[in-house]
Amino acid sequence: MLPRIHGFDTGLFNEFRRLEREMDQLFGAGFWPGSMRSVASESYPPINVGVTTDQVDVYLFVAGLDPEKLDITIKENRLLIKGERNLERDDDAKHFRKERHDGAFQKLVNLPEDVDAEKVKARYENGVLHLVIQRRESSKPRQITVQ
Amino acid sequence: MSNSKELSKHDVQTRQHRELPQRSIRPDVDIFEDERGITLKADLPGVNKEGLDIQVDKETLSIDGKAEIEMPEAMQALYADVRATRYQRSFSLSSELDGDKTEASLKDGVLSLRIPKREQYQPRKIEIRNS
Repeated sequence: MLPRIHGFDTGLFNEFRRLEREMDQLFGAGFWPGSMRSVASESYPPINVGVTTDQVDVYLFVAGLDPEKLDITIKENRLLIKGERNLERDDDAKHFRKERHDGAFQKLVNLPEDVDAEKVKARYENGVLHLVIQRRESSKPRQITVQ
Repeated sequence: MSNSKELSKHDVQTRQHRELPQRSIRPDVDIFEDERGITLKADLPGVNKEGLDIQVDKETLSIDGKAEIEMPEAMQALYADVRATRYQRSFSLSSELDGDKTEASLKDGVLSLRIPKREQYQPRKIEIRNS
């Protein structure tokens, strides 16, 4: 099968497709760099970290969370996220599967050295915590003019 | 020379194109039963109502969700546990469950499904009359 060159997608749908494709390219492709030492990949919750020249984006996949129970701190370039998700489980019912994480969790992530801990935005939507951390000016590529 | 280079580039694109539709995440679920029916909860972070598709027929329940993640232009990945944007999982239903009466809700990326048992399998309280 060949990749499609001419598409019929337009507008919003096309935009979704683009996002999906980008996400797949970014987080799914084979050219993956080695994992960061500080993150154990099997531990809850799953996390994605992406960078641009301006900012660092951290995505924490924590469905059904009370954002009030989140404790987020950045010290130097280390991001520590602590939280708690308490599931309501009926003890009288017969449980067939209990796969979902229940209780406290924490995640420590090494960020690029030039993050600005004063400039952080956090948003929780559809079960994803999205942090945007600005990087300092010095890390941006600069045009050098030759005199 | 240039011809073989083009060929290998083409191969890579084709392979990626093939792999994409298959890649999906198996969401974590809790399933429990009480005397009136079954409740299923699934973690689908990033999925909203529009991106969720649930199919129930006589024998199977399938969950298919697409996550929408907002990302800046030209972002490079540093680290990722989540490497797909689609969640998929299916279950077979036993015959005492009434799939037609399934109720579903989605909140903060958690899907809750309730499938009641058919009428004849519901518990009945037997009144005892004084003679």
